[in-house]
Formats: sequence, C-alpha cells, structure tokens
Amino acid sequence: MEKQRYERPVIKKLETNMPNKFGTQTELAPKTHIDNVPVKKLIEEFGSPLFVVSEQTIRKTFAKAKKAFTTRYPKVQFAWSYKTNYQNAICNVFHQEGSWAEVVSGFEYEKALRNGVDGKKIIFNGPDKTVDDLKLAIENDSLLHIDHLDELYTIIELAGNGGKKPKVAIRVNMDTGVYPMWDRFGFNYENGQAWDALNKIMRSNKLELVGLHTHIGTFMLSANAYSVAAYKLAELALGIQKKYSHEIKYIDMGGGFASKNTLKGAYMPGTDTNPTFDDFAEAITSALINSDFKPDKLPLLILETGRALIDDAGYLLGTVISNKRLADGKRTTILDIGVNLMFTSFWYDHKVTPAQPFSHYTENTVLYGPLCMNIDVIRENANLPLLNKGEHVVVHSVGAYNMTQWMQFITLRPNIVMIDEKATPHLIREKETLDSLMSYEKVPEHLKKFDL
Amino acid sequence: MVKIKPNVAVSESGFLFNPANGESYSLNPVGTRIFGFLKEGKSYEEIRDSFMREYTVDHDSFERDYDDFVNMLKQYNLTERDEEEV
Ligand SMILES: Cc1ncc(COP(=O)(O)O)c(C=O)c1O
Repeated sequence: MEKQRYERPVIKKLETNMPNKFGTQTELAPKTHIDNVPVKKLIEEFGSPLFVVSEQTIRKTFAKAKKAFTTRYPKVQFAWSYKTNYQNAICNVFHQEGSWAEVVSGFEYEKALRNGVDGKKIIFNGPDKTVDDLKLAIENDSLLHIDHLDELYTIIELAGNGGKKPKVAIRVNMDTGVYPMWDRFGFNYENGQAWDALNKIMRSNKLELVGLHTHIGTFMLSANAYSVAAYKLAELALGIQKKYSHEIKYIDMGGGFASKNTLKGAYMPGTDTNPTFDDFAEAITSALINSDFKPDKLPLLILETGRALIDDAGYLLGTVISNKRLADGKRTTILDIGVNLMFTSFWYDHKVTPAQPFSHYTENTVLYGPLCMNIDVIRENANLPLLNKGEHVVVHSVGAYNMTQWMQFITLRPNIVMIDEKATPHLIREKETLDSLMSYEKVPEHLKKFDL
Repeated sequence: MVKIKPNVAVSESGFLFNPANGESYSLNPVGTRIFGFLKEGKSYEEIRDSFMREYTVDHDSFERDYDDFVNMLKQYNLTERDEEEV
C-alpha cells in the first residue's frame, strides 16, 4: 500500500465575522512546473535556492508592451534598463526583441558593448559618468543623458578637444503631481534649470542636442503622471524648435511602470489594481499626439521600462528548512531564501506558492529566511498550506532588481537558470563558491599564521 | 497521557465544537486522525506507530508536530488537566 502524504496536524479556531485579508485565493494553487519543467527536477539539478527565468514570459511581456505603444504611436523604441537585470542572457533576449541598452555606469556600458550592442544604441544615464566613461561614449556616438551642470561642462570641455561632436540629451525632473517628486536627478522643469541647461548646450555649439529625457519615479501607480511628464517634455521640445530652429530627435520617458507585484500593506493584489501597459501607453502617446508637434514631426518615443518587463519572468525556488512556533503561538516557516537574495521583499508582498500539491488547509504563517538577523523576513503574513521540512516553495515575480541587488551575505549567490521556449533549462549564471569569494581576498604575510 | 474532554467531539470533515464555551475549530485530516486516536485513549507510541505505517513521515518530525499539536489542544482547553501539570 502506498503511504499517504503527511501534513503536519493543525487545529485552527474558527473566527466568525473576521474576513481574512492575508493571502489571496490564487496563492493557493501549487506551482509544480515552470514552463513545463518540474520545479523538483530544477532543484535536483541546480540546487536550492535557485533563480529561474522564463524566456517565453520575457518575450510575451515585451510583445504586450510593444503592441500597447506601437498601435498608438508611429515611432517607438525600447531600451533595456541594464540595472534592472543585467545577466547577459537576459539582456540578449531584449536585444533580440529589438531593445537598445540603457546603462548608468561604466561597467554596465562596457557590458552592453561586449554583448554586441552598437554604441549608437546605448543610452548612458546617471550622475556618475567618469571622464573616461564620457570619452569612450563620445567616441562610440552613444547617447549621453546629462544629469547635472558639472557633467555638462565636462562634456563641453571634452568636445572642445576636436574629435566627435557628442550626442546629448538632458534629464529633466518635474512635478507630475506624484509624491515623492524625484528632483535629485537632472534639471528641474518648473524652476527654469532645464531651460538654463538647454541654452548652455545650444549656445556652446559643441554638442548635438538629440533628445529630452525624464524618469519620473519607479513603480508608478498613476498613468496620469506620465501624461503630465510627456506634455512638459513636448513643451520643452517645441520651445527649442521655436527659439533655435532645432528639432530634437527623441523624447525618452524613462522607466517606472509598475509591475504586477503587490506593494506591502496594499489591500488589493497588484494584479487587480496596477495600471496596464495600455494605460501607460495611452497616457504618454495621447499627450504627445495632442501637443503642438506636426503629425509628421513627432519625435521618436523611447522607453526605458525595467521592472514591468522582467518581474513576472523571474522565480525564486526555495526549500523549507524548518517550521517553528513563536512564543505568541504564531506559526513560522524558515526557508533557505534570505533577504540577501530577495531585496524586493522589503517592498512587496511577493506571491509565494508551494511547489507540490497540498490539502486545502491553510495557516497564517511568517516566512523567514535563513540569515541570523531579525530583518530576514520574506513575508510577514502569508496564508499558506502546511509545508513540511524539505518541501519546496516558489516565489513569484522576482525578475527585477533581485539578480542585480543581491548580496553575498552569510549565504553565497545561487545559480540562475533560464528556461528556453522549448522547455530546456540553461544555466546562465553559475553559483558562487567559497573559492570564487576568496579569490578576491588577500591576507598580509604577517597574518597568515596563528596558534590557538 | 493526553485526555480529551469527554463532551468534545470532532466530525469526519474535521469540524470540532466545544459545547462548554461555544467555540468551534477546524482540523486538517492529520489533525483529525490524531484527535480521534486521543479520544480513543491511545498512547503516543500507539499513535506514532500507526502513522509510521500509513504516512510518509519520520519519527522526529512526527514527534515534534505531535507535541506542537497537543500544546495547541491544551491552549484551547480541549484536554483534561493532568494531575502533575496542576
Ligand atoms: C534612468 C532610469 N531609467 C529606467 C529605469 C528603470 O525603471 P523601472 O524598473 O522602474 O522601469 C530606472 C530605474 O530606476 C532609471 O533610473
């Protein structure tokens, strides 16, 4: 006789008139396979914890976003935000889909070049471009998005040394009615800083002003804010045209579209409440089309969408280490997934599902990671079926920022696997080992020996 | 030994009602099974052995879960107080 699946015994007090706000019904379906590959097999082969990326989901999500914009506007270009996830395999899926690269540091810039992106199709953002970074980017005809006046002066100086004419845009910050306003990057629209920078660029005669850029924030829940921002950039572009008879080539609306994740403390799941690509596209494109651009003179619309394009394609698989009851009777489950791998657990209530079938009994559980720290909480409140030691869980929508902001702290960074469209898993980043970690360290000669 | 209060009973579907205070509870199948054994007056060893035969669980995990479960029964006042515990 085959033995029955064991589940730890529970008794739960039934509360009347107490709606349960924790966890949603969808959370209660097991996720046994990712793109037809059994989770169990992935963990057997590649270990636990394990990041898994679905190539198919990336391509499908990208197609959705692209369609939302290209059906509304004639000229659209996506640029993949490297910092959101710069694993080469992932960047290359986006490049195959036609995305340019958007980078914010020298090493990201070189990564894009090494991936084979033409320098002309790399957008270089951020406040910290070194003189060497700038020289290289100018040489490659890359698009330099100027963040502050010091950078503007440096570029003018570099341009003065002969050679190529740098292609530049300025980053503009502005009031879009959304709090907090991101005014630390770029030049302010309302107080005239943006115009001041533009005048300096135009009068220098040494730079080619090709575009205007903004990035109004991240995980924006208001599509309307983009409408305000697009309108303000259009005003600036039209003003430059009037004053200098100069046409800029593009308006870059940055990133910031909310993914489908649920923000901590939100009452409703993000899948039900967050704006869609269509909502954002409608807001941006109608603002541009309804501005005073002549229909045949509409600028190229660039989008640096990050998280909304990759969140859903990323999963983090883990294993139950132990179940424990706290002093106050609350159930806790310790997983082998720590916040060092899941930075976004500070922002989101990530959906977590068991990777194997279970009965319909659930318990309110705190999900802890394995780190020896109080802040190591993956979910403060998850309504989950009973998990046994050694069973697996799937954390959903972790594709953005976790595989770049992860820390080697107490535990080492695990493998990343990408499942291709034919359901074959490929290792795309090897897990770290003690050797790889120690290869960076040097111990001075006099500290090499000790007696205990 | 754990003794369940005489007037408390659990239905096959795992619904438990305590007439003494009007509270009701829900138990999962494993919980229902253990509760049934306790009600029949079975010892921990007897219960453990039948679980070893029928379920995919090892001694240690079962013992830990059993203790936790029995503690919850005590907390909910569903057991008779042992003399030595008073
Ligand atoms: C300049 C710029 N562009 C694009 C992005 C991508 O943003 P998101 O992932 O919110 O779409 C960021 C992220 O902070 C950014 O700073």
